[in-house]
Amino acid sequence: MKARTRLYAALAILGLAAPWLGLYPVFVMKLLCFAMFACAFNLLLGYTKMLSFGHAAYFGASAYTTGWLVTAQGWGTIAGLLGGVAVSMLLGLAIGAIAVRRQGIYFAMITLALAQLVFFVCLQAPFTGGENGLQGIPRGSVLGIIDLGGDAAMYYFVLAAFAAVFVLIRRIVHSPFGQVLKAIRENEPRAISLGYQVDRYKLLAFVLSASLAGLAGSLKALVLGFVTLSDVSQATSGDVILMTLLGGSGTFLGPALGAIIVISLQEYLSDLVGAWVSVMIGAIFVVCVMTFRRGFIGEIERRLGRRV
Amino acid sequence: MLKLAALAVFVLASLLDVSQVRAAGEQVVIGTIEDLSGVYADTGGQGSVEASAMAIADFGGTVLGKKIVLLSVDHQNKPDIGASKFREWADQQSLNVLLAGSNTGVSIAMAKVAAAKKVPFFAVGAGGASLTGADCTPYTVHYVYDTTALGNGTASAIVKEGGKTWFFVTADYAFGTQLQDAAARVVLANGGKVLGAVRAPLGTTDYSSFLLQAQASHAQVLGLANAGTDFINSLKAADEFGITKTMRPAALLTFVTDIHSLTLQTAQGLYLTTSWYWDLNDETRAFAKRFFAKMKKQPTMAHAGYYSATLQYLNAVKAVGSTAPDLVMAQLKKTKINDVFTKNGYIRADGLMVHTMYVMQVKTPAESKYPWDYYKVVKVMSGEEADGSQADPACVLVKK
Amino acid sequence: MTSVFGVPLPAILGQLMLGLVNGSFYALLSLGLAVIFGLLGVVNFAHGAFYMLGAFAAYVGLETFGMNYWCALALAPLAVGILGIVIERLLLRHLYQLDPLYGLLLTFGIALIAEGIMRGLFGASGKSYPVPDALRGGFNLGFMVLPIYRAWVIFASLAVCGATWFLIERTRLGSTLRAAGENAALVQAFGINVPLIVMMTYGAGVALAALAGVLAAPVVQVSPLMGSSIVIVVFAVVVIGGMGSILGAVVSGLVLGLIEGLTKVIYPEASNIVVFVIMAVVLMWRPTGLFGRESP
Repeated sequence: MKARTRLYAALAILGLAAPWLGLYPVFVMKLLCFAMFACAFNLLLGYTKMLSFGHAAYFGASAYTTGWLVTAQGWGTIAGLLGGVAVSMLLGLAIGAIAVRRQGIYFAMITLALAQLVFFVCLQAPFTGGENGLQGIPRGSVLGIIDLGGDAAMYYFVLAAFAAVFVLIRRIVHSPFGQVLKAIRENEPRAISLGYQVDRYKLLAFVLSASLAGLAGSLKALVLGFVTLSDVSQATSGDVILMTLLGGSGTFLGPALGAIIVISLQEYLSDLVGAWVSVMIGAIFVVCVMTFRRGFIGEIERRLGRRV
Repeated sequence: MLKLAALAVFVLASLLDVSQVRAAGEQVVIGTIEDLSGVYADTGGQGSVEASAMAIADFGGTVLGKKIVLLSVDHQNKPDIGASKFREWADQQSLNVLLAGSNTGVSIAMAKVAAAKKVPFFAVGAGGASLTGADCTPYTVHYVYDTTALGNGTASAIVKEGGKTWFFVTADYAFGTQLQDAAARVVLANGGKVLGAVRAPLGTTDYSSFLLQAQASHAQVLGLANAGTDFINSLKAADEFGITKTMRPAALLTFVTDIHSLTLQTAQGLYLTTSWYWDLNDETRAFAKRFFAKMKKQPTMAHAGYYSATLQYLNAVKAVGSTAPDLVMAQLKKTKINDVFTKNGYIRADGLMVHTMYVMQVKTPAESKYPWDYYKVVKVMSGEEADGSQADPACVLVKK
Repeated sequence: MTSVFGVPLPAILGQLMLGLVNGSFYALLSLGLAVIFGLLGVVNFAHGAFYMLGAFAAYVGLETFGMNYWCALALAPLAVGILGIVIERLLLRHLYQLDPLYGLLLTFGIALIAEGIMRGLFGASGKSYPVPDALRGGFNLGFMVLPIYRAWVIFASLAVCGATWFLIERTRLGSTLRAAGENAALVQAFGINVPLIVMMTYGAGVALAALAGVLAAPVVQVSPLMGSSIVIVVFAVVVIGGMGSILGAVVSGLVLGLIEGLTKVIYPEASNIVVFVIMAVVLMWRPTGLFGRESP
């Protein structure tokens, strides 16, 4: 118990101090956004065992919405973020309503196909800029008070958002609602026989996960100043699965750790080895699935015999 | 707990590794961001990086007593990769100048970064005229060709020979649409008509359904507003479906490497517009020979452009004795460009490098006397004829 | 000129013809996917990658060994099929006891590896593969010139689909296969080597994908990305048809190809998404797919 508190305190200090350690703030912000995305995804995979194979749809749709709102419509940063999250929430509701009717691999394939649908809509819709994407998205300010143009201010804004989402996910998982989700994960027929309307719980989890993934996407759009088709692509959906799997699905810190590893690998290896980076990502996937199904944090928890 | 500490150290280490900031000022850093693996890898690609390296070597490898460093990365035709790499180099590697291209979408994204980070940016292989129009910045130089010139060259040659009705097959991103617009303007201005257009995604490999749409229009001219392997694939498919028998293809952007892969048998008779050809004169042939020795193919206009742009940047740095972006840009804009790429070229207020363009026709197999002997000059266009005599009023830098 | 909904008839017929060509590829690919799923319960995400590898095998065969198209048509599926067998033995086999999701994830990883290797070796843009001499030229159908090669694609894939259907639904080997899919333990008890059957089936399904790849090579260019762009459409096709149904896979593959072609005439912007929209509609109406029998 004490160890866990110390760990979180250490991580919090690390997070607060990061810009002063000579880290490249834009990169750390990108890591935080993807960590948030992976944590949101984990809410589905880790706690409900629903493998959504198209989570980039929510990440990207929200990013596009926010980008469009603040660029073309002149909305403020916070309003733009909320607008993006609202769209990803509705999208999650629509796709989730179709997908939760099936389980397991069917669920995976349906979410995959519908995410591809979203991809093509983003490719052709007039407000997304097609292949060019949206460029030059301003970061704006928090309600006109704090200017986010500088990297330091933006960093703490993103860090605060990440911390809030992290705490929220912990609360969700530990809530009665979260307990029901875990019950569904362990034994769905039993949950049904206990009288739970399983599909509704699953749909709610799906919508929550989609909304938080959307928030991550919108933040990334503001951090980097652009949204492109990569953000809604199948590759991004695959990446977030790998992050969660590698770090440890069903653990709190795992997805964030996985995001850090995967994004760092992609960033630095792509300079060195170019296209071979996807070979490496694929290989990590294979190793994870074959021998490392608990992921880093999952393994550590197992060895320590307790949760972190 | 020990393991958790180890984990934290690992995380920290993986982050710190990222942040090696290169000490600024000890060297001059030139970046190239190109399509090294995609549809434009032949027309630009590694050859462009090589051409920049040749220019640096010819310059002597140092300027103002500092070593010249060349960075390069593949943008994979993704604007996000191009822009974030540029931003990272500017923030982390104290990048002095970026040469980039082959893909207008990526180049527009990079232009935004150039403006924000105040780094001179030579858009070399990209075509979109908006780079010096609506998307212009004080730090952009658009170097090799733009869609306006391509339209004024190829489209006007064809429409004047009687190709009055057009249907476009267009690459579905900024470059394709701008090229189509430029060509359509010329067609309309010369009394022609545009019967329709279809947009094909960048990197389409099967053009059959798009071409059937074109055929159904019964237009006389099939305007191919695309480039690289997109152009090659669309022309080949037009041949396969017998469409080249009923419609005349207009190759709106063609590089000499495209003709090489299409072979003269398929490409003969095409009109095209280019700013440079390896077989123009002794100077171009000498450059081509050196390039060929390295890359095993003749240089395209983009390759010659990379060489020239690198050289001109270094000349400007030497002349002002500094890499300060505003000084270098001012020097560039007041200097005439005279090298293997062009004669008496100059950079206009909106950032466009105005220079001679050539309308060429692809030779028939019988006319071609030696390897890579592909073009004959139909017309020489002055820079003003190709791009107009006024800077683009859509650009905020242009005084109205 | 005759027209339907203001669209000239020749344009419609032309696009339908092309739709049929695409539908042939969908049918061949979803057939292999269905065969594998029926016996192994694995959704083979690497199916697109094997399709791509089949095309590359033909390309490399031609470039390095001067192997002609007809040899490639036989040898490329064989080579890729053997690769599939190796993957089944070394990796996939160990996951049968686990959640089927792991099979999906594993094959996804394999697809990334295959795609990355080919991108590293050959670049992201396509390599062209020539149409074999015997199949050059075109039939003038009046409304369009149909290249002979594309007619051959339709013919060849229909023949292969028909033969596979016959093999599985109408022969003794086929009934053993289906039985093993239903109840492996029981079939094993009859003295049949089920792991061997499973391995060979995976190899055969993968070989079908590679065959489709060779057929596609002269049509769409050989490119590392050709598999990933088609596999998701094929997934949707299989979901529409009903997982594990051979007939469903083939019929919905062809029909969706035709519908896609028709969309290109009526509303081209929607041609990329029409399959997914149909999938969503079908799922709302029949969660098990059109031909599906399995529980949701």
